[in-house]
Amino acid sequence: MGASISERIVPGAAGLQSPRRWFQLSPINRRRLANFRANKRGYWSFWIFLALFTISLFSELLANDKPLLVVYRGELLFPIFHDYPEEKFGGFLAQTDYRDAVIANEINEHGFMVWPPVRYSYRTINRQLPLPAPSPPTWMLSEQQCAAAVKRYDRGRLNGTCSDIEWNWLGTDDQGRDVLARLLYGFRLSVLFGLTLTIISSIIGIAAGAVQGYFGGWTDLVSQRLIEVWSSLPHLYLLIIISSIVTPSFLVLLGILLLFSWVSLVHVVRAECLRTRNFEYVNAARALGLSNGAIILRHVLPNATVATLTFLPFVLNGSITTLTALDFLGFGLPPGSPSLGELLLQGKSNLAAPWLGITGFVVIALMLSLLVFIGEAVRDAFDPRKTLS
Amino acid sequence: MPDGPLLDVRDLSVLFRHGGSSLLAADGVSFTLEKGRTLGLVGESGSGKSVTALSILRLLGRAAAVQGQVLFKGEDLLACPESRLRSIRGAGITMVFQEPMTSLNPLHTIERQIGEILELHGARGAQKIRARIVELLQEVGIPDPEGRLSAFPHQLSGGQRQRVMIAMALANRPGLFIADEPTTALDVTVQAQILDLLKKLQTRHQMAMLFITHDLGIVRKIADDVAVMQRGKIVETGSVKQVFTSPRHEYTRALLAAEPKGKPPTVDLSAKSIVEAKDIRVWFPIKRGLFRRTIGHIKAVDGVSLSVREGETVGVVGESGSGKTTLGLALLRLIRSEGAIVFLGRRIDSLKFRAMRPLRRDMQIVFQDPYGSLSPRLTVSDIVAEGLGVQRNDLSSSSRREIVAQALSDTGLDPDSMDRYPHEFSGGQRQRIAIARAIVLEPKFVVLDEPTSALDVSVQAQIVDLLRDLQKRRGLAYLFISHDLKVVCALASEIIVMRDGKVVEAGPALDLVSNPQSAYTRALFAAAFDVKAVNGAALGE
Repeated sequence: MGASISERIVPGAAGLQSPRRWFQLSPINRRRLANFRANKRGYWSFWIFLALFTISLFSELLANDKPLLVVYRGELLFPIFHDYPEEKFGGFLAQTDYRDAVIANEINEHGFMVWPPVRYSYRTINRQLPLPAPSPPTWMLSEQQCAAAVKRYDRGRLNGTCSDIEWNWLGTDDQGRDVLARLLYGFRLSVLFGLTLTIISSIIGIAAGAVQGYFGGWTDLVSQRLIEVWSSLPHLYLLIIISSIVTPSFLVLLGILLLFSWVSLVHVVRAECLRTRNFEYVNAARALGLSNGAIILRHVLPNATVATLTFLPFVLNGSITTLTALDFLGFGLPPGSPSLGELLLQGKSNLAAPWLGITGFVVIALMLSLLVFIGEAVRDAFDPRKTLS
Repeated sequence: MPDGPLLDVRDLSVLFRHGGSSLLAADGVSFTLEKGRTLGLVGESGSGKSVTALSILRLLGRAAAVQGQVLFKGEDLLACPESRLRSIRGAGITMVFQEPMTSLNPLHTIERQIGEILELHGARGAQKIRARIVELLQEVGIPDPEGRLSAFPHQLSGGQRQRVMIAMALANRPGLFIADEPTTALDVTVQAQILDLLKKLQTRHQMAMLFITHDLGIVRKIADDVAVMQRGKIVETGSVKQVFTSPRHEYTRALLAAEPKGKPPTVDLSAKSIVEAKDIRVWFPIKRGLFRRTIGHIKAVDGVSLSVREGETVGVVGESGSGKTTLGLALLRLIRSEGAIVFLGRRIDSLKFRAMRPLRRDMQIVFQDPYGSLSPRLTVSDIVAEGLGVQRNDLSSSSRREIVAQALSDTGLDPDSMDRYPHEFSGGQRQRIAIARAIVLEPKFVVLDEPTSALDVSVQAQIVDLLRDLQKRRGLAYLFISHDLKVVCALASEIIVMRDGKVVEAGPALDLVSNPQSAYTRALFAAAFDVKAVNGAALGE
């Protein structure tokens, strides 16, 4: 104490002129980042997940039934971004099927095509299956099976090997669609759906919880009873009923699930706010003349961060699994959409094709585990006992 | 009994390891304690008093590495096995803790809690145990001990709970009794009674007592010898008389000189009135039944009138639960109240929360707990500038920082530290930050709600000086709420004594101190200045 009294400094001295810039992390946030990094499992999960998610964001460039680039009679074409009618290449259909042998030959004669690594989109049906659908991954085929397939589809060529047919790395489903392509698109769809649902329902839930907790009294009493009634409605039946009236699409499903999922965070946030609203620094803020909204944002909600972040990975995983479950039951996304739930359903109906079930299981398990690990690390990072000690 | 002292602590060191860092909480502590004598262990918070006491009974847990020797009747407690230690705990050595509210299990009756310790150490027979419990309760001065046997802790007052704790500690006639700040959480009048009781019991049973406290007044009253601790080391030992009359160590001298001193500034009676309140009432309704009918009221503040002039401090004193804090909050319109409040010539008691907001610039509050009143997630400059952002949003960010820096240096803090977080500051520095937050808006009226109660004595004196200095420079009007009469007398020129929401006595500080009119005020002053219990119907318990 004594030292601080003697060290009075004239205001305006050099030490003062260091306004924080936006890209400078405050010391607390720097410590949080260090805490996050210290959780090795979470840190690596974060990068693995980020890599997988980034890759899946570019699914169209990685798995597509259209070439990335076509040079045809000296003309530069980008089939991925633009639909060219088939007559351009001498056909008559409205859309070009670049996988069609006739078109492919025509283009290759007058130019060339650059294909994505996987030449199937999530809805492309492989018409040259070596075995009836669901057809196993190509590396599981024997040489005879490959030779037979080559002979069947390549005008009786006799000495074909497995390298001559188009590969399905993870096999195909029961409609002859490439599992790897569907996985890529399905992963992206699941994560995007989960993230959107989590973010929107967290915003609603946190706002509702904060208002109830901070104001308390009648506001709290009435909303709590409403929420109790609301959350005791049978969700699944309602979903099934609604999805039989409205055609389910990404947005419709998002809306329906949102109706119920926002409740999950309300209780946690409300409890923290009820506790915080009597803190002295909240009272001090009131005495300074801050508005209720500013007090909630600045002083009350930060206290609910840890509790919220603890729950968030579960909310996120819950959102993803709900979508998967609905797809599995057949009440989810419209038929043909790339979905992990549908993959699991196919795995269940085609037990003789284990690559379907195993792939679905591995991907879903990996995704959910990674998200939980990341969530753990984020929670550690924001834990005040670790940050402030 | 072997020769030598009852308790002989030799070169005791306690090291806490936490993560990579370690903290030497006690560093080579040595002292002895004879049968029938009292050793007062004095020091400020963090000096290692409690750690020393806890390590005598090895109660510290695994995080602490304890070294040295603790000889109790010649036996080294630090070396003996856990089972042997358990038979000493509660029988040979017992302990009473600071917080009576949490040291008793709320789910068990008094009888069960005291009975447990008797049974653990060999007492048998329900009748015999019951008789012994009644005897103990009688000894510690619980009225109607038989009727109290089935009471739960929440049915007792704080002082009574501490008495029950003492009864538990005495149950097996210990040779050594360790009291770790047993009266700090209690009101002054109750504190005086408990101290009387302890002294009486000690002489009757010829116990040795290790009394830990930060309050020198208590040591002077109760102890025979003193050991002064600073940063884990004992810096001075000696008899009470010797240490208090001729302290050798510099730190002891500083501690003795640290009591709040000085006089309040003389008041200009013609100065304009800042706040006038008439017949303030804060009643909390008690509601029962299906339709939540109001069946009565808890009268937290019941008809208090006061007026504060510019540059004047009005002190509000009283025991806990007397409605002091509620009165302060009501004056600032932070809680609902009835009765007229005139602030700067304007009636404010009917204004809504929103309409009050511009007025908040002129009225501020400093709270008791400097740890709870600062948001741990904001930097000091954010905390201090928060009010500026609302009340003076015309300021640019650089001029705002300048004002904050000025306020920090006015309160004796280094403005360079404004980008640090509250947890990096000591309690006294935090309280300075809280004061800076209040004065940065240049208010006319500040409510100080026990601003020194959570602080060490030496820091208390500094804060009192700071407050007086600020008042002089800025002509502030204070409403100073405290249970600590010494601090109040150093600041306030008018005093209001409150009890159960009502004003017991009010008047100029000098008159009130020299010539208190009511019995309650007299008891309060006696307890505060002489640590003396006054028997009389007026007292709490």
